[in-house]
Parts: sequence; C-alpha cells; structure tokens
Amino acid sequence: MGTLDLSRRTFLSSSGAFIIGLASPDVWAQAAKPSPLSPNNPKLSADQLDAYLSIDKNGKVDVFYGAIDGGQGLETSIAQMVAEELDVPLSSVRMIMGDTRQTLNMGGASGAQGVSRRGTSLMKAAALARQILVEEAAKKLRVAPADLVVQAGVISLRNNPAKRITYAQIIGGKSFQTNVRWNGQWGNPHDIATDAPLKNYKEYKIIGQSPKRPDLAKKVFGEQDFPGDVRLPGMLHARMVRTAVAGAVPFSVDEQSIRHIAGAKIVHIKDFLAVVAPKEWDAVRALRALKVTWSQSEPNFPTHKEVHAHIRKAKVTQRTIERENGKLEEGLAKATRVISGEYEYPTHSHASMGPGCAVADVRADGATIYTSTQKPHYAADGIADLLNIPRDSVHVIWMFGTGSYGRNDQGDATADAAVLSKALGKPVRVQWMREESLGWDPKGTASVNFCQAGIDEKGDVIAYELISRGFSRENLATNEGRASGTLAGQLLGAKLEPKNSFNIPFASYTFAHNRVGWETVGPLMDRASPLRSTHLRDPYGPPILFGSECFMDEIAAAVNMDPVDFRLRYLTHPRDKEAVRIAAEKAGWQKRVSPRRDLDTSSDIVEGRGIAYRRHFDTFIAVVAEVRVHRKTGVVEPTHLICAHDVGLIINPETLRHVIERQLVYGTGRTTVEELTWDRNMVTSLDWNSYPVLHMQHVPPRITVHLIERPEAAPSGAAEMALGLVPAAMGNAVFDATGVRLRKIPFTPDYVKAALAV
Amino acid sequence: MAQKMTLNVNGNHQTISVDDPDMPLLYALRDDLGLNNPRFGCGLGQCGACTVHVDGVPTRSCSLPVSAVGNSKITTLHGLGNRQKPHPLQAAWIEEQVNQCGYCINGWMMEGAALLKRNPKPTEAQVREAFSDLICRCGTHNAAVRAVLRAAKQA
Repeated sequence: MGTLDLSRRTFLSSSGAFIIGLASPDVWAQAAKPSPLSPNNPKLSADQLDAYLSIDKNGKVDVFYGAIDGGQGLETSIAQMVAEELDVPLSSVRMIMGDTRQTLNMGGASGAQGVSRRGTSLMKAAALARQILVEEAAKKLRVAPADLVVQAGVISLRNNPAKRITYAQIIGGKSFQTNVRWNGQWGNPHDIATDAPLKNYKEYKIIGQSPKRPDLAKKVFGEQDFPGDVRLPGMLHARMVRTAVAGAVPFSVDEQSIRHIAGAKIVHIKDFLAVVAPKEWDAVRALRALKVTWSQSEPNFPTHKEVHAHIRKAKVTQRTIERENGKLEEGLAKATRVISGEYEYPTHSHASMGPGCAVADVRADGATIYTSTQKPHYAADGIADLLNIPRDSVHVIWMFGTGSYGRNDQGDATADAAVLSKALGKPVRVQWMREESLGWDPKGTASVNFCQAGIDEKGDVIAYELISRGFSRENLATNEGRASGTLAGQLLGAKLEPKNSFNIPFASYTFAHNRVGWETVGPLMDRASPLRSTHLRDPYGPPILFGSECFMDEIAAAVNMDPVDFRLRYLTHPRDKEAVRIAAEKAGWQKRVSPRRDLDTSSDIVEGRGIAYRRHFDTFIAVVAEVRVHRKTGVVEPTHLICAHDVGLIINPETLRHVIERQLVYGTGRTTVEELTWDRNMVTSLDWNSYPVLHMQHVPPRITVHLIERPEAAPSGAAEMALGLVPAAMGNAVFDATGVRLRKIPFTPDYVKAALAV
Repeated sequence: MAQKMTLNVNGNHQTISVDDPDMPLLYALRDDLGLNNPRFGCGLGQCGACTVHVDGVPTRSCSLPVSAVGNSKITTLHGLGNRQKPHPLQAAWIEEQVNQCGYCINGWMMEGAALLKRNPKPTEAQVREAFSDLICRCGTHNAAVRAVLRAAKQA
C-alpha cells in the first residue's frame, strides 16, 4: 500500500464517524457538530488549515499544537512529523504548544497519545499544505504538479532545478484559507481529515532520525523558564492555607497573627484561605504564623492500611463487564481445578518534583495565566467558570514545567492563582508547599484485583475471570474544565461531581469462557478532599496489570508451563506474541516452570526472572525483570529490566528509548517504595521521607530497551505503556526466585520478609 | 530591621535587603536576584532541586539561611558554563539527553560537577554514590550516571 497505514484514523463511513484506537465508541456518538470556532479564541476555526500551521515570509513554519509536552520530547517528535510531510528542514519548524489563544483544544497527554493523535492530525495538515503549495507552484511555473519536487521548502521542476519557487514566495505571511474536515470534537478526540495523501514510510527522511531536543539544552544552561519563573510588575506571592483535618473549613482567622510581616495579607473567601505578600519568603512566614480556628471535622477515613478491606466491603457504585465470551460459570463448572488469586494495589501520589505553581494576572478586560497544567485549554474553561468571565477573555499560556504525569497539582494551583488575582486586582504567583503537594494533589487510586481460572483435565485453561474493584479514576474530573473540578472551586462551594470511571487494559489472551470487568466504590469524602481520586500516569496499568499478569503466572505454574510459553500459547495477536518472544530472547530467558528448583535453599540471596505483557492502544510491550531477593532483609533488588517495545512507526528512536528507560525506573519506584499513607483525618505522607520515592540505590542498574521496527503500522504512544508492567514482572521474578507470591504493592522489605516467612 | 547583605553569585557581587536573617538562600537567589536556576522542590533539603555550589560544595539553598552565606562564592547552574563555554558535564548532559522535565536538574548537575572536580575519573559506583541523596520523578537516574562517566572520559 502506498501510504502510511492510518486506517484507524481515517474516515470509515460517509457519515463522517471516526474510530480511533481502542477509544470507547460513545465519544463518537454525538450527531450534531458544534461550531468549529474555538471557544477560547473564536478567531481560530477547527475546520481551517490555518488553525494548524502557518508559514512566514522567511519560510519559517509555526505549528499550532493544542496540547503539551510533559517533558518526554513531543515538541521535537511532532515537529519531525510535520517537517516530514511538509518537506521543510526541522530547524525551520517552531512548535506553539498549549497556548489557548494560538491553538485549538487538542486535549491532554492522555494515554501518551501526543504522537498517535495530535501528531498524526498535524501531519495531515502538513500534507495538505504541501499539496496546496505544489499546486500553486505548478500554476505559477506553468507545469503539471507531478513534474515538481520539494526539498527543504523549495519547489522545483524535477528535471530543471533552476526553475523553482519557495514556500515563502507562495504563501509567506499569508493564510491558506483552505478547509479541512474536522470531526466536530474538542480535546482528546479532536482530529481532522483531508484528501491530501500522506507519504509512504519508505520516503521518510526526518521521521526515524534522532535530532536532539531544544528544551534540554535550555534546561542544562539554566535558560528554560517554568511558570514559577514568571515575574510580573506588582506581583504578589501567595501560599494557600490548608486544613490539617480533611473536611474542616476556616471558622475564624486571626489577622493579628501576621501583622508583624510587612505587606502580608489574608485572602479569605468562603472556605478558600490564603496569605499573600510582596516578597516570597514573607508569604511563607505568614503561612507559618497565621492562626486559624478550623471547624470540627471527623472524616473518619479508613486508613491506608484498611483501604483494601474497605474496598472489599464497600457498596459497589457501578459494575461493568468490558469483555466477555462463552459462559464463565459453565467453564468453571467444567473445570477439574479452579485457582484464584487476589492482588492489592496502594494509593499513589503524583508527587511531582515541583509542587503546584502558577502565575495569574486577572484584569477587568481579561485574564492571563501562566501554567504547566497538562490541559491548558480546560484550565482556561475552568477559570472562566470559576471567575464567571467569558471563556475567550482567558488566555492560558502553557510553559514547560515539572514532569506532568497525569492530573497533578499544577491545575489546582492555577485555579488558586486565578481566584487570588481576581480578589486582589494584582498578578499573583502561587507556590504550593511540599506537604501541600503530597497532601492535597489528586491521587492515583487503590484497587483490589480478583482473579480466577478454571483448568480442565487436560491442563487447558478453559475459564478466566478478572474483576478489578477500586475507586473511580474520575471522582475528580480528568481536567480542570469546570470549577467543580478544582480544589479552589470546591472550597468556593462548587459540588464535587464524581463519575464512575474505570478501565481494564486490553489483552489478547483467549480462553473459551472469559469475563473481564470492573467495579467502582464511592469516594471517601464528597468535598474538597486530600484523597480525590483521578488519573495518575498509566491510570489503569500498574494497579490492574499487577494482578492480571501475576495471575497469568499463577496459572502457568498451575499447569506446569514456562511463563513465556504459557503466554505464547494463549495470546492470539501476532504483535502481542512477538513482543513476548523478543523480550524473552533479549533477556536470554531460560525456559523453566516457576519457581526455579535449582537453587541452594540455604542461600540468603536468590535470583529469579519474571515476564509481563500488555497492549496499550496500539503499543505492544513485554518486560522481563531479573531480580535478586535478599531473604534475610526482604530487599527485592531489580538487577536488569529488559523491554521489547512495538509502537508501530518510530518517529524519534533516541527519544523513544529515553522515554521507555525513564518510565521503567519510575515504575520500579511505584513497585518497590511508593505508598501514600493516611490516618483517620488526613494524609500523613507529607515529605520525601513519609512518601518514599526511588533513590539511586534501588534503581535497576541495567535497562535494555529493544525497539521493534514496524514502520508500516501507525505510530502509537510510548510515554506510559511500559511502566505498568514493572510490578507484575518483578512480582513474577520474586516468585520464580522464592516460590512466594507477593500479593500487594509496594514490595517493601518488611512486607517481603513477612511474605517469605509464611 | 532590614539588613543589607552582599552576595557573591556567579562572580557578581550583589547587595540585597534582608528582613529575616533566617530566610533561606533560595529565596534571595530567586526572589531578590531574579535567578531562576535553583528551584523550590521541598524546602526541606530532601530533594536537591535548589542545589547551588557554596565555595564549590553542593549545598541545598532551601535550607541554608542567607545570613550564613557571608563572603562565600555561590555558583548556580547558570554559572557553571554557557553555550559558548559549556562545562564538560553540560556538554555530556546534552549529548546523553538526560532529562525529561528537568525540574530536578540543579541537584544532579551541581552534584555531578562537584564530584568531577574532586574525582575526575570516578567509577560508576562512585557516581551512583554521589547521586544517592537526590530525587528525580522522571527516572533519569541511569542517564545522569552515563553523562558523568561520559564527561569524565572526555576530560
């Protein structure tokens, strides 16, 4: 076939309905199309090519990318995609990212779809721009378009390069005024289609290369500003004043208590309380000195130690079976053996390196907001809602910031800054404190996985069930698009709008009788809560795959099969199988039934290996973990992680390797050390000791990433797909080494020691 | 009462007015001098995002009172080198494309630069040891180690 296979992303029917990846079909169900004018700037129209890119008089290309780069290099990768289709040098492409005046709402990072969705949309825009420019050139040069070639923005006659015209000469500084077919969606599902053909991957010159990221040099030389580096004339520094008991609200505030601090002021609106001062340190001093009488509150939370018992017995608010075939009960009845297993996953904080920080300048004629939130367009919507001002009067300027891996506290800090700036009539910079960030950021949620399998007399697996139960990923909305979706909005009286949202990672294991689904339980508090549950990087990955992929190994052991052979037998999709096979091959996988039986059982240190597989959108991955278990101390030491990774077309191999390696390290922390703690009243993980994260001592020293080349397949995402496999791969490796099945995360020495002692 | 203090930062002497002698150096650098390199990560000396060199020693500026600095020479990441004259570690850091978000970069680069000064040819284990008290939430740990080893090799 002649063009890049984007079949999932092209029109499938004359009705104009799209299907993207494995997205739930209901997002496409809307019949009436909304206006193409951006609510955040009606001068931009989603059905116009000009809303996606422009070329200036010098031939420089601006790409209007309505989402963000959370630090994984999307700025460069998407610029490569555009430069490729447009046939211009990469150096002439500038990415305008997340600015609500200059870009359309293309959603968030959201499942690492920057390349697969936003990138491919912009490629289509670039291909159309190229086609228009070549047609124009053909007219001007009085030749047929087919006789022209394009190189570095210069269009010339194939057999007479002297006959030429540049992009800049044709369009420089002017608009295209050309329609594209917009799918009528904003945010993550936003997409366009055009009739311009895309290149065949065999023609690629820029895609597939590894140019270095421009932001990294700026960061290395201390030149890259983040939102907290914005300094506006007359700007005040603010600190939010948070309760030490969840649910308590400020009853009275002692103004005298901060009188000694020059210029310090209190802002108290309903339950929203902050201190501000012209100098930043004075705002910190005021925060510490302020005396507040808080209302009585008895949240009576089940503690983090009790949360899984709570999940087991709490009322189920929604049960959804996502995939089912055969009749599970019949399959289990036919089985000669039924095995079952339960797996617990803890609550995690986003625990971003930099606590929430934003600058807002709200004036009578509009608001300017500097933020690194993951979803700047939704931040604009939410601020308009919160301040009751028109959406197009809010200008959100997105900037690089602290790693944005899910809905962290940046968006909440942004809303805080907007409320304060409006109240004070001055620009305000809000900086959350460390204890505030860990205490009050939206949380990745705890869950319990219930698994069972039925095996017949021949040793075949004929029945399989996985039910994952936990808190909804949307007790707090996935973005700050409404006042109710921000802490500030909730403190100002907007009601929490919890939704039941959950998902089970897809897998191509095929069993005769199969049921896979989820159950949600209600939030622990229905107001501004320190335990607001939302999406954390790879929201459905680690919590569920820890259970499902460890249980696959339990079944493999029960039927006396090697874990790799077992997966290859029951997986049905060739790309799934290939990822598993290659990960095993690259790891030098030794075939055996786990646990290994060749070890000296008196030895303190034992070694094992485990594998885990997943599919996430159209990314196919397997990870092998090699671990060393110290029986006396309970330390689980990952010595080598091996990842086979099939993302389809690879845009920038170096960036891709980096993203995979870094997330495997991060995933190791989520597996071995991270766990949010809280008592009856409040989160108690409030610093980097009480919320332990991975330090160098526990980082796997060797990580091998193998990229599977599949340029004919559409590019999928990569920025969170591998990390979800680390818990199961390590858990399976511990079982291989010790014969002991770890059933909860994190694998702390105390837990592992206790598990080994049983 | 406000006190005048003169700080020696990246070779420049700059005088600031300080109300509270306990104010951490970080706030003087950022708020009074407008330097953006050292960043607020925890204010507790636990993460390293605010690290600067004080007389060549990596120091968490969030936990050092400004009044304790005296005449010491303060160097920030920006003072380590520039595009025209990069510090070898800066060049290696770019070559290895270490960071993702880069919020933690001050701690890692300032610790790495100090290590190379006292031990120009460190072993991998020594680099890991030097980085043992730093946090990075993007998982760049191994890449940072590679960058130091690369800088050492090229020096």
